Amino acid sequence: MSVAPPALALEHISRNFGPVAALRDASLHVEAGHVHALLGENGAGKTTLMHVAFGMVSADRGVVRMNGAPVTINAPSDAIAAGIGMVHQHFTLVPAMTVAENIALGGRGLLRHGAMVEAVRDIAAATGFALDPDALVETLSVGAQQRVEIAKALARRARVLILDEPTAVLAPAEAEELLRWARRFADAGNAVVLITHKLHEALGVADRVTVLRQGQVVHTGAAAEASVQTLAGAMLGADAPARHETLPPPTRAGNHRRATVASDATAILAAHHVTVHDERGRARLRDASLVVRAGEIVGLAGVEGGGQWELLRALAGRIDVRAGRIERPTQVGFVPEDRHRDAVLLDRSLTDNAALRGAGGRRGRISWRTLRTGTRSLMDEFDVRAPSTETVMRTLSGGNQQKFVLAREMTTLLLRGRDAPSDARAIVIENPTRGLDVRATAEVHARLRAARDDGAAVLVYSSDLDEVLALADRVAVVHAGTVRDVPADRDVIGRAMLGAA
Amino acid sequence: MTDALTPFLAATIRTATPLALAALGEMLVERTGIINIGLEGAVLAGAFGALAGATAGGVAGGYAGAVAGGLLVGAIFAFCVLVLRGDQIITGMALTLFAVGATGTLYRALYGTSGASLQAPTSGPWAVPILATIPIIGDALFNQPVITYVAYLLVPALAWWMARTHAGLALRAIGERPDAAAAAGIAVTRVRTVAVLIGGALGGLAGGTLVLAQAGTFVENMSAGRGFIALAIVVLGRWQPFGVALGAVVFGAASALQFAFQAMGWNAPYQIFLAAPYLLTLAALAGAMGRARAPAALGRPL
Amino acid sequence: MRASRRTAWTLLLGLVSLIAIVGTTALLLLIAGYDVPRALGALWTGSVGSWYALTSATLVRAIPLMLTGCAIAVAFRAGVWNIGAEGQLLAGGTGATAVALLVPGAGPLAIMLALATGAAAGAGWAGLAAVLRARFGVLEVISTIMLNFVALYAVSFLVRGPLQEPTHAYPQSSSIADAVHLARIPGAGRLHVGIVVAVVLVLAAGWAMRHTAAGYRLMAVGESPTAAASAGMIDVRRVTMLAFITSGALAGLAGAIEVLGVTFALYEDLSPGYGYTAIAVALLAGLDPWRVIGTSLLFAGLEAGAGAMQRDAGVPSTLVSVIEALLILAVVAAQALRARRVGVTVVDERPREDAA
Repeated sequence: MSVAPPALALEHISRNFGPVAALRDASLHVEAGHVHALLGENGAGKTTLMHVAFGMVSADRGVVRMNGAPVTINAPSDAIAAGIGMVHQHFTLVPAMTVAENIALGGRGLLRHGAMVEAVRDIAAATGFALDPDALVETLSVGAQQRVEIAKALARRARVLILDEPTAVLAPAEAEELLRWARRFADAGNAVVLITHKLHEALGVADRVTVLRQGQVVHTGAAAEASVQTLAGAMLGADAPARHETLPPPTRAGNHRRATVASDATAILAAHHVTVHDERGRARLRDASLVVRAGEIVGLAGVEGGGQWELLRALAGRIDVRAGRIERPTQVGFVPEDRHRDAVLLDRSLTDNAALRGAGGRRGRISWRTLRTGTRSLMDEFDVRAPSTETVMRTLSGGNQQKFVLAREMTTLLLRGRDAPSDARAIVIENPTRGLDVRATAEVHARLRAARDDGAAVLVYSSDLDEVLALADRVAVVHAGTVRDVPADRDVIGRAMLGAA
Repeated sequence: MTDALTPFLAATIRTATPLALAALGEMLVERTGIINIGLEGAVLAGAFGALAGATAGGVAGGYAGAVAGGLLVGAIFAFCVLVLRGDQIITGMALTLFAVGATGTLYRALYGTSGASLQAPTSGPWAVPILATIPIIGDALFNQPVITYVAYLLVPALAWWMARTHAGLALRAIGERPDAAAAAGIAVTRVRTVAVLIGGALGGLAGGTLVLAQAGTFVENMSAGRGFIALAIVVLGRWQPFGVALGAVVFGAASALQFAFQAMGWNAPYQIFLAAPYLLTLAALAGAMGRARAPAALGRPL
Repeated sequence: MRASRRTAWTLLLGLVSLIAIVGTTALLLLIAGYDVPRALGALWTGSVGSWYALTSATLVRAIPLMLTGCAIAVAFRAGVWNIGAEGQLLAGGTGATAVALLVPGAGPLAIMLALATGAAAGAGWAGLAAVLRARFGVLEVISTIMLNFVALYAVSFLVRGPLQEPTHAYPQSSSIADAVHLARIPGAGRLHVGIVVAVVLVLAAGWAMRHTAAGYRLMAVGESPTAAASAGMIDVRRVTMLAFITSGALAGLAGAIEVLGVTFALYEDLSPGYGYTAIAVALLAGLDPWRVIGTSLLFAGLEAGAGAMQRDAGVPSTLVSVIEALLILAVVAAQALRARRVGVTVVDERPREDAA
């Protein structure tokens, strides 16, 4: 029996963004019936490679083949027509439309409600997903939205399904369910590309594994023949700093973890029976309480939409609470997840960005000379790589931007006069390393631990449970608007994230 | 009373027709997440195009010229905003200014500054058989220039198209989440370009209506803010064809009241009637916005 | 060193703008088939060709353009799309006229009161749009345009009604007393001290934008309201309101100065569209109040010269609108292209799609 050509083959793909080579002669062969894990650090080119396959990025060089035949893919519509489906990390659903409309989107001709509903029912039956055709997408949970995304791809008869970091937004139990489904889908003769940077996930479900590093394929082979160590080595290259996610599931008492903070240490940040409503009047936090003391890192876990967004901002003084009481110093450093949207002025200089700290309460004249000096020392202290204090924020790499924001929020250099903080320092951070490479991640983690050791109260939320476990002295879980302290145990946290006792 | 009603209704429809045409076009544009303040310019360019076209080729030529004028403004807008990715609001404002200057300059250059008003051929009313004989409303609604019937038909046609075709679904999706539409294989920029061009053409047609079905001549700056009012009507109509049509009729009625009051001998300062549409718009916008839900991507930089 | 480089850069930019304006004008004239040298000659004579033209035509026109241009710059900087400088100018002119006519006595105090009332009226007119946005979410782009029309018809009503001159023959208010006229600058024709007021205010506005906490907040809110609120803990609504009010006050003052220094009475056509030209003035100045001084002079010269072109060479004065529109579009295109070029140099951001 002759060997069938791969369902999807990407051959010798290169792509430059300006002077940066995002992909260098990268090849990937995905067989029908396989789950193929595509591994790599943030920035290694995994998503870019798959965007080439899905027509969202054009390759400078290289060929895409489906079942052996070369195909021209210039736009997502070409990829869809060729039988490729992609579930993006950030969902591409229209929140104000129904499940049926979202699934029908991109078709031609007349739109018949009956046929649309029928199509959704068929997919629900085939996949075992519970899908309500007439539900508005904005009312669905993140897990349910992901199932709509998959249904969308399947409605176009996708035979090759690309899943981009699908488990990042799911609680552990949901993630396992999804991976089991992917396995079944592949076993039925289809192909799945699973983009991830979690090794245990890849080894658990995949038939084959390909590792990208700096845009190049550095390893490809059967999953059965790979180990966590070999893959980690391939992902990081030689002499890379160790990183929590790439190591075996972390032991509970990491050597960097501090001995439990005495429960009589000063509470710096505290929420007492706090209730927060969103702009539509729905309660996002109900009677939530949490204490962060001087000299500890509290790790917060929870699935998206559980109320952590509101809890972090209430504690940082960024939103008002409807009921209950918040205790906090006047100035709380706050590093939000969406840095470009909420933390920086992309088109202004670093000095201008430094001036943002405390801008709301500042009076009178601004001394730019003082601010420039402050910015300079802040850059030196936190190793922010930029030509000068007048460099435009947008031109910095993601890691340097994040370090800059972190520096600004942690430093006392920029605060003078009545805004100067007392000894009580508090930092609230949301997904501190999303989008950063290994080195930057390690640096950010080290900074947070140093601040903790210095006596600051640190509250970290991460959607990556491994990161929470790696950093936290103490863990709390948000679920459906309530908060509770849990032991730092993967399984216990995972269950608490889904609301189980 | 009924004697006054028919002329009042007729005047309402007459005034509402250009507003509805322009607003329906802008509704399509805004449904793709783009806001074209240059609509006022498109209406004005359409009016001038109608004059130029009508002098050359009669009423039909006039409407062709009107569409061409509006299309030109739409095309410049599409190029600046969709190709160059310039700012929508500034581009739109500049295009309105451009249309004011260009039509004024061309008019004076071609027809002189003497002020002798140039007569353009007009399309008279055409009574729809049977319907026009309905008491009171028949003569008001169905004894109108043909362009009014075009507007009548456009409303249900657009409503059907938006709700019942995949293309309509794509249009609505682009205004909400352009990235989602793109990922679903929809050519977002192409759809937006087509929408902007159609919006320009309909704006031009609105200007053509002013010349060919109403005034019978071109006057400098004769759009007189109708494009801006159409922008407000889109909001009032909540981005729905029937809502937009209703909004246009309400504005038409407000203007028609002026004639009705004058006919009844009520002598209020005429500026109140001139300002009324704008005040009404402001009041209505303040009342409507809380409940209306704009396309999520409206006005966002591309 | 930094400052001198900035000055040099500004001067260069001014020169480029000047060349662009004259070049565009010449090109349009050529296309339209006019006698280009003759028309440009008229443009020169009418704007800067004589001491009289320079002072009484160009500089007098530059005053309202400077103030409204600065008004637009302040608003746009803060992300407030105030298209309503024209209406705010009319409101200011009306307020100043009312005070000048009603307040007995005269002299500096009455002048100050009239100017302050004008500024307050402009601020109030803009404040309407601000409230509509803050309370009801009405886009200020639409509301300020609507308010321009309302202001125009309100003035039209006033000069034919309550404020009409006693003989009821002309659509204008009575003339204000000589004692409340702004003083002429000796030896400079019709040029009045309003120019000093305008220049000082625009310089102060530019300084405040650069060097004060309030100016910084305006800029930050304009750049990114979300980051301003989250990282800067800035009260975005308040800053936005301040931008509306400041902008409206500057435009209102322009109207007041126009009445007290030039027209001495309220007319329907108090402004030949200064509030709209101001958009071009501000954009060409890169929304920098200091540069507004230069660009307002350019546009004042252009508008003064356009009158002469119409008289002497038969060129329609509406051509000025075309030139302004083309310049605005050119600025929009240049900004868009520059943004794209910056986007390319940031490529090391792109592979991060992997993560974000």
